[in-house]
This record gives sequence, structure tokens and C-alpha cells, in this order.
Amino acid sequence: MNEPVDVLIIGAGASGAAVAWSLADTKMHILCLDQGGWMNPAQYPSTGRDWEARFFGDYSPSPNIRERPEDYPINDDNSPIKVVNFNGVGGSTIMYTAHFPRLHPSDFKVKTLDGVADDWPIDYDTLAPFFAENDRMMGVSGLSGDPAFPPTEPPMPPQPLGRSGALLGKAMNKLGWHWWPSDTTVATTDYEGRARCINLGHCTPACAQGAKASTDITYWPVALRAGVELRTHCRVREITTNEHGFASGVVYYDKDGVEQFQGAEVVVIACNGVGTPRLLLNSASGRFPNGLANSSGLVGKNFMFHPYALIYGYVDEATDSNRAPPTCLWSKEFYETDRSRGFVRGYTFQFGRGVGPVMEAVMSEAKGTLPWGADHHAVFRRLNGHRLSLAAICEDLPEEHNRVTLDPHLKDSHGIPAPKVDYTIGENSAKMLKHGIARAKEVLAAAGATDICVNCPVLYGGWHLLGTARMGTDPARSVVNEWGRSHDVKNLFIVDGSVFVTSGGVNPTSTIQAIALYIADQMKRRLADLLD
Amino acid sequence: MLTEPALTPAQRDDLRSVAAMIIPASSEYEVPGADDPKIQADILATLGRDTRLVAEALDYLARLAGKPLAELDPARREAVAKEFRATGGGAAATLIRVVLQCYYRDDRVLRSLGLELRPPFPLGYPLEQGDWSLLDPVKTRPSMWRRVK
Repeated sequence: MNEPVDVLIIGAGASGAAVAWSLADTKMHILCLDQGGWMNPAQYPSTGRDWEARFFGDYSPSPNIRERPEDYPINDDNSPIKVVNFNGVGGSTIMYTAHFPRLHPSDFKVKTLDGVADDWPIDYDTLAPFFAENDRMMGVSGLSGDPAFPPTEPPMPPQPLGRSGALLGKAMNKLGWHWWPSDTTVATTDYEGRARCINLGHCTPACAQGAKASTDITYWPVALRAGVELRTHCRVREITTNEHGFASGVVYYDKDGVEQFQGAEVVVIACNGVGTPRLLLNSASGRFPNGLANSSGLVGKNFMFHPYALIYGYVDEATDSNRAPPTCLWSKEFYETDRSRGFVRGYTFQFGRGVGPVMEAVMSEAKGTLPWGADHHAVFRRLNGHRLSLAAICEDLPEEHNRVTLDPHLKDSHGIPAPKVDYTIGENSAKMLKHGIARAKEVLAAAGATDICVNCPVLYGGWHLLGTARMGTDPARSVVNEWGRSHDVKNLFIVDGSVFVTSGGVNPTSTIQAIALYIADQMKRRLADLLD
Repeated sequence: MLTEPALTPAQRDDLRSVAAMIIPASSEYEVPGADDPKIQADILATLGRDTRLVAEALDYLARLAGKPLAELDPARREAVAKEFRATGGGAAATLIRVVLQCYYRDDRVLRSLGLELRPPFPLGYPLEQGDWSLLDPVKTRPSMWRRVK
């Protein structure tokens, strides 16, 4: 029999780690359960000669391809964008590009400003101190003074421009368009026990150097020292409730596959925009027949990705290719609404330095750019090490028909029903993608690139899983309130990307973690009457 | 743990033939073809989770060819390869990717490309700062984020 705890956090990724760290100073008994284990950087792909090949295998971003024991399958057949994630201590911060923009102030007021979707119940100013705290904890490199964003103070200097950044910067200057060195969680100096970046280049599938921030090496060591307990290889099946309609704990399978019950006074869900609705729907009971916290009927609905368009071409000059962190610059030229473009809201350009030889060969062969036969060698030598790329990361608007439900047949290795994703790209997003592709071609042309190719939408580009348990003040139109507490179950909190009301047009990890810290702060401020 | 069944001798022969069609040897660049014994051995040794799809692709290729690929005349072989690439779907893409990923980690090939024969870690790579004065015109732009109050 497990001793009941004060706070039970489900998921040790971006948001779960932040909440655990923040709540640790309450001295409550805090336990986190994660379905995965601790990662071993000595086994990360960049340590071996097969570093690129593993991206197609055990370090694929798709759980359906990766099939590690801690992964669960996701039926995303009915989506033009496939879900990608990582499961383990650190969650998807193990496997992300470390691009770390924040949502803009306008992103929280889309209804007021542009008449679409809904305003958030919180705003940028509310989150600002938590953004700053998270930047310090994760260790952000960047440059103050971006005219496209309110003032920020990244604790480390930006990544070098390198050859690729300089080529792209020149091209943007020719067009007179905004660009700026990206905020990233790649350490450019030694930082809080982390070694500085040495340009392994293969950042996305985990950093062997430890220069890229993932919560297993940022928040977790501090949280554990402060007394938080983290139990690994524990997969939660359902959240249980008592006769008062409160969460009483969870049923989970431990590392040996044995079913366990863990009681808790407060339950915090941090399982991402797919895992969280899956858990809530799997927690249906006689008391909550449509799933837990689902009186609004919105659990799993309004699912948002960021549709990506990737545009790339080849220049005569050598680029940095795989020998540097993949993302180096962003542009917010087309971020804020300009109705003359034919759509509302906007997108970020995220610039890439290039790819390694295997990725170049595989992508170019698939695209038809790299031929079979005698010409293969000459063409490959013209392409390899000469790629410049940029991606338009488009704001997705919430639509109820885009949703996460439970698959009636598919189950994970513990027999727990798996999630099913139904998703289509909305009209506004489609127009935005088209606009982004056209502008990106202009950028590449200005850089002197030829052989321009487009991947749209990026098939395995479903990194950002948002909106499936949205926050709001109206219990009929939202799942959690403005400080992350379930409207229906007053000791149940959600702190991950599920609570996003709209998606913004940027990578969301920074905002997800700022929201998690904000919710934890609200919990601490309200401890005396947290469950009233 | 289940192990993937190995490819049959006929499948291996066709794999070698199609690999040579994808990347033939080149005396100009002093590189082997993808049918080179060392590269083929690497492919077979590391097929792992890709074995099923690669076998499926080779079975499809065999159906298109009607006999071992190596026994077809060059024109017919080209036609079969083109059909295979166009209609082979995910299985064909997997086979091609497996050939490419083993070819482009071979020492002789990397040497010819001027790349170092090592993984990225632990040495990493140098990265030049670049010309930061390029940012000067952007710094002079007026603030462009949308105010909400």
C-alpha cells in the first residue's frame, strides 16, 4: 500500500518538472509518476557513427515509429500531420529543437483584436515574471532588443550566426524584413552545471553534451534535492474520485507491470495535449461518465498543432550544415495580423542551418532532386553542405472538430486505450501556409538559392500538442479555470499545453512552462483555501 | 525479444542489384557503389526494425522484375526500377533510406566528401560567429509588436 501524498504530479516533462520544482518549497509531500525512465546521454545518437540513422529508429520523433517501451501508440491516421513527442524523464524537452520564443502579448487577446477564437483569461503581463524565471531555470541564450517583442533579458549570449545565419541575415536585409537571433535553450556559456554547446549539431534527438536544456538536467536535479519524489516507469491508467467528487488518487502500473493505487490530496496532470485528454477520458466513471473534468464536453476538443511549411534550397557557398544547432534565427515579419494578407493572425519563420549527409540524401532522393545512377555523386556533392532552410510555423485556431478521443481498438502495452487524433488544417491556417511558402521562396531567392523545395505540411511536424483542456472563466466553455484548476474537480489541476486557448505562432515550450510556474504559484498563494 | 527474420539469398541478390542502381561506384570520386560488400554487410547487420518493410519492398521488386534483377537487360532493369520507385510506397522508401543511410556513413564515402570519420560527440565542430553588423539595420527598426492595451 502506497502512502498517500499531498501532491501527485503525472508526467515529468516540461511542465511537470517546473511545477514539481516550484511546489517543492511548500515542503509538502510531492510525488511525480512518469511512464518513462531517466535518459542516459552516453547512449544518445550523436555519440555513435549511426547518429543520423537512429532518427529513423529508436530516436524517431514519432512514438509510432520509435516504439520504445515507455511510448504509447497514437492513431493519427486521420490527420495530415503526425503526432511527435518523447516519453521519459524530461518528456519532449529531451527531443526538441530548443527553439524558445514566447507567445506574444497579442496572442492572449485574439477575440478582442481579431474577432476569432477566444481571449485567454490571463495575459502576457501576468506570465512575464514566470517567463523570466523559466528562462533562468532552463538557461536561455539570446539577444535583448528584438523590436518584434517586449523587452527580455536572456541569461546567455545568442548562438553564433555562423555561415548559414549570415547568409540568411543578408537575404532578410535585402528584403527589408525583420530577423533576429533566436532565443534557444542551448547553453552558449557554461551554465548552472551544464557544459556549453560544442556544436554537435544533432540537437533535436537529445544532446549528449548536456548543453541543450531538458528538464531532466535543469528542473529535476533541483526538485529532487528539495525533496520531491520521482517514481519512474509508472504508467497511470486512470484518476480515481471519491464520493465527494474529488480526485482521490491514481491507478498505475509500476515498473514490474503490477497495478498500484496511489492516493493524493491534489492531482496535477502534465501529460501534454494528447496524453492529458487521453487520461481524462480513460478516467470515466459512474460519477463522471463522459470522462473526468468534462462537464463542458470540451476535453479532447479544439486540438491544435502548429502546421509547418518547410522551404529549402541550395546556395553555392558552404553552409553550417549539421555542424551547429539547427535553428539560429527567427523572423516575426509576418507574425501580427495584417488583414490585407487574406488571413488573420500570423506565423514565425524559423531558420535552419542545414542537415547532415544521410538526411540530405534521404530527403533529396525522396523529393526527386537526388537521382539514381551515375549522376548521383555529382548532384549529391552540389547539395550536401549547401542547404539553407526556413519553416513557417503557423498559428492554428481552435476548432472543435479537431479532437483527441479514445481509439476503440488500439491499446498500449498495458492494455490502456490509446488516443486517436482527428485533425484537418483550417482555412485560415491553409492561407497562412500558402503565404509563408511564397515569402520563404523570396527569402531563398534573395540568398541566391536554387533547387527550391517545399514540404507542406511537414508530415512528422506535430510537435506542439495544444488546446484539449482549455482554460477559461466559463465552466461551459472551458475545462480548467484561469489558474489551472478543473471546474468540475476542485483538487485536479492541468498544467501542460492542453490549457492553451489559442496556439500563437511560436514553439510553445517556453509558454507551457511559464504557465506551469504561474499555476504552481497560484496554488501556493491559495493553499489555505485551495479546494474551496 | 523477437528477432526479425533475415532476408533470403534471392532478396539479398536483388538488394545488391538495386543498391548499385541507386548509387553506382565512381572512379571519378573514388567511391564504391552501394553494392560494395562492406556496405551491403552494414545494411544487413543493421536492418533491425526495417527488415519487414525492406523484405516487402524486395518482394514487390521481384514481382515487377519477374526474375532476379541482375538477369534483366539494362533497359528493362531501368524500367523496373522506375516503376518500383514510383509505386513502391513506404516499403520502397524504407529500402532506399536504408541503402542511403549505410552508404553515407561508410569511411571511404565520407573521406571522399571531405567529412571526418567520427560521430559528432565528443569533439563537436567549430562555428564561426559571423558578421553581427548585419543585424544593425534590424536594431534601428521601430518596435513592431502589437500592443494590447
